[in-house]
Amino acid sequence: MSVESLFPRLEALLPKVQKPIQYVGGELNSTVKEWDDATVRWALMYPDAYEVGLPNQGVQILYEILNELPDTLAERTYAVWPDLEALMRAEGVPQFTVDAHRPVRAFDVLGVSFSTELGYTNLLTALDLAGIPFQSADRGDDDPIVLAGGHSAFNPEPVAEFIDAAVLGDGEQIAIAISEVIREWKAEGEPGGRDGVLLRLAETGGVYVPRFYDVEYLPDGRIKRVVPNRSGVPSRVFKHTVMDLDEWPYPKKPLVPLAETVHERFSVEIFRGCTRGCRFCQAGMITRPVRERSITTIGAMVDNGVKESGYTEVGLLSLSSADHSEIGAIAKGLADRYEGTNVSLSLPSTRVDAFNIDLASEFSRNGRRSGLTFAPEGGSERMRKVINKMVSEEDLIRTVTTAYSQGWRQVKLYFMCGLPTEEDIDVLGIADLAKKVIKAGREVTGSRDVRCTVSIGGFVPKPHTPFQWAGQADHETVDRRLMALRNNLRNDKQYGKSIGFRYHDGKPSIVEGLLSRGDRRVGKIIQAVWEDGGRFDGWSEHFSYDRWMACADKAFDGEPVDVGWYTVREREEHEVLPWDHLDAGLDREWLWQDWQDAVNDVEVEDCRWTPCYDCGVCPTMNTEIQIGPTGRKLLPLTVVS
Amino acid sequence: MVQRLRVRYAKRGRLRFTSHRDISRAVERAVRRADIPVAFSAGFSPHPRISYAGAAPTGVASEAEYLEIAVTRICDPQAFRVALDTSLPPGLDVVDVVEARVGGLADRLECSLWEVRLPGADPGVAEGAVKEFMAAAEVAVERLTKKGMRKFDARGAVESLSADQDDHVEGGPNQSCVILRMVVRHETPAVRPDDVLMGLRLVADFAPPSPPSVTRLAQGPLDALTGEPADPLEADRVGGDH
Repeated sequence: MSVESLFPRLEALLPKVQKPIQYVGGELNSTVKEWDDATVRWALMYPDAYEVGLPNQGVQILYEILNELPDTLAERTYAVWPDLEALMRAEGVPQFTVDAHRPVRAFDVLGVSFSTELGYTNLLTALDLAGIPFQSADRGDDDPIVLAGGHSAFNPEPVAEFIDAAVLGDGEQIAIAISEVIREWKAEGEPGGRDGVLLRLAETGGVYVPRFYDVEYLPDGRIKRVVPNRSGVPSRVFKHTVMDLDEWPYPKKPLVPLAETVHERFSVEIFRGCTRGCRFCQAGMITRPVRERSITTIGAMVDNGVKESGYTEVGLLSLSSADHSEIGAIAKGLADRYEGTNVSLSLPSTRVDAFNIDLASEFSRNGRRSGLTFAPEGGSERMRKVINKMVSEEDLIRTVTTAYSQGWRQVKLYFMCGLPTEEDIDVLGIADLAKKVIKAGREVTGSRDVRCTVSIGGFVPKPHTPFQWAGQADHETVDRRLMALRNNLRNDKQYGKSIGFRYHDGKPSIVEGLLSRGDRRVGKIIQAVWEDGGRFDGWSEHFSYDRWMACADKAFDGEPVDVGWYTVREREEHEVLPWDHLDAGLDREWLWQDWQDAVNDVEVEDCRWTPCYDCGVCPTMNTEIQIGPTGRKLLPLTVVS
Repeated sequence: MVQRLRVRYAKRGRLRFTSHRDISRAVERAVRRADIPVAFSAGFSPHPRISYAGAAPTGVASEAEYLEIAVTRICDPQAFRVALDTSLPPGLDVVDVVEARVGGLADRLECSLWEVRLPGADPGVAEGAVKEFMAAAEVAVERLTKKGMRKFDARGAVESLSADQDDHVEGGPNQSCVILRMVVRHETPAVRPDDVLMGLRLVADFAPPSPPSVTRLAQGPLDALTGEPADPLEADRVGGDH
């Protein structure tokens, strides 16, 4: 059965909405396949506005990989803004894909990539507009399988009832495998219907189907246990790890939108995983081990990407880009290759050391030396030991001194507030650091024209990290410390004017905390918030803390739990956590030990350069660290004129 | 910079929803992908030397948009047209390219010919409204600008305005469609087809039932004989004969 394009009906609505171009598709390198030529059809959703969702690497990679399969088709869909949502409701236009404007409900799979929990209400908008029932249990054979991925899928319990399945970890191989399972199931005449295919997926041990697990609770509200409720379903579900990034050099054909988006650049992931061991960092824990892409593949990908896209900025992405074993050669090679052209290079996520100034110098050969960003994360030496961010004050001052002396005038410093064991004095330590930074900058440049911006966010404890047991700081404490810090900086006559201060209040972090470490009981809050008009929770102009709290109070009425129970409460070692049956490879005892070490200010080294400390990931997942150096060179490509 | 090329391009179909900023990004990227030797401005942050003349509003299609690109190597206009057109997304189509010979291009874009399709509108009412509008000396309309609501005259800039009926509309005989054609001089503040529609509503209560579909058919110097815009690139072509 073919599916008609919704575009003619959508087109009539577009003159009435903001930035209509985001809904029309037609991006360079986008793909529209014939509906009837494909057996398995995926709608891939990034549950935020197009301008945020389009540049997402995960969606772009899966879109390309799935469309390369001969009998599979993939299209993209994004959250529509409230202005279009209202018009779509009035005119009965369902959620559509931007590629061929097909109705989302007609697809076999709706794959949703959750980078953050704040996209959950946007999933509900899309389901509702698509005409797909909210509850997995209410869906029929004509509804797509709603499949969650992305980092938030490592604890999908708050949305367990809204999704049919979740996948943990790298998506490349498992997406292909899922497509194959569905193709076979369809070829056999769809035996067992919807449950039949979900069971096939669950039995692999690589796809989590929440409905096949029962959660039992203790009278005090804690979880008693989570057990499969039918045979063949494994008691644990494991994450996926791609072991040779050179075999997966995507995106090969980067999507270039007409609309303006948040990242206007071509990005190459230079490695995946990070073993620096920062205890607050969920990404660093769940993406282990480190797997580098080789210098030669990176060189080829950048060349291809720049030619295919026409972008002038290249981003070398990873969780800590300067840690690539051949980053020096990569930086020099690319800087040589693009010298005198308008292609610029950027290296987001770098750590604090002087080596990075050399890198930054390579990357700014073409002139611009506007600002450098470092992330000490904690304001005091003790705090940085707790979070295992091994940067001494001396390192930081030495690094910024080098930066200022080499021509940079602006340094940005990232911190977190509300970290475990944090006291007021730890946050005020940020002010001391910032002042020392300015003092050093003025000395080395002999000028007062140096600036430093302190940017600070609220810490949210995340699943699968040593801080998964920690009590989150309440928002009053966070706000009080932020105000004290602000006043301290503002009142400083000598340095205050040279220091900028950016912060967010602590309330959104509490909602993020509730959704991060929540269990299935949190789902009804998400639905209540959505029904009350909650949308785009990642946008401060749309987010309403009061709405979340009011809905939570109502939903938890008569329950032994409340928002504080999920957020500020510290957990005991043996409490069953909602995500304990989802396996990121991390040994639970190691995580607990690391939590104890954190409280005792004990640091842990990076296993790339010191012996293995048994976090458990490599033996559990049968993976290993893959790092260079390869010793190969990045040759400048000859310019053909 | 050794040469300037003047480009006429069209903005068609769903690409009419691009804004002028979307178009400039798309053109800059297309130029790079096509390896066109575009010249850059000097200074701290060099910009490609591409200038855009009076872009049609977001949501409005056009057969006659113009831009000028400075290049560092002599380019054959025909080869340039094909290269840029191939590199641009379908819907942003390069129609014509000439080498700049004389004068400024922007100065020649004195007026535009617009076509406004109004599906479901009543032809009789439209014709009456057009007559009243043209008979008026001044029609004050309001538009929301960046500086708030602004009141200005929509009549003075309108050189001609006519209403016709399209008999070849898909969707059956009951689907009438009124087509307005108007020649509007480029003045400050700019009068857009929207403003003229607003004027028609004000003078004769003419309110089409569905959103208008607007296309700029041509822009250029006002031809006294035809009363419509002439080809603004003609001067460069003529200049080339010397």
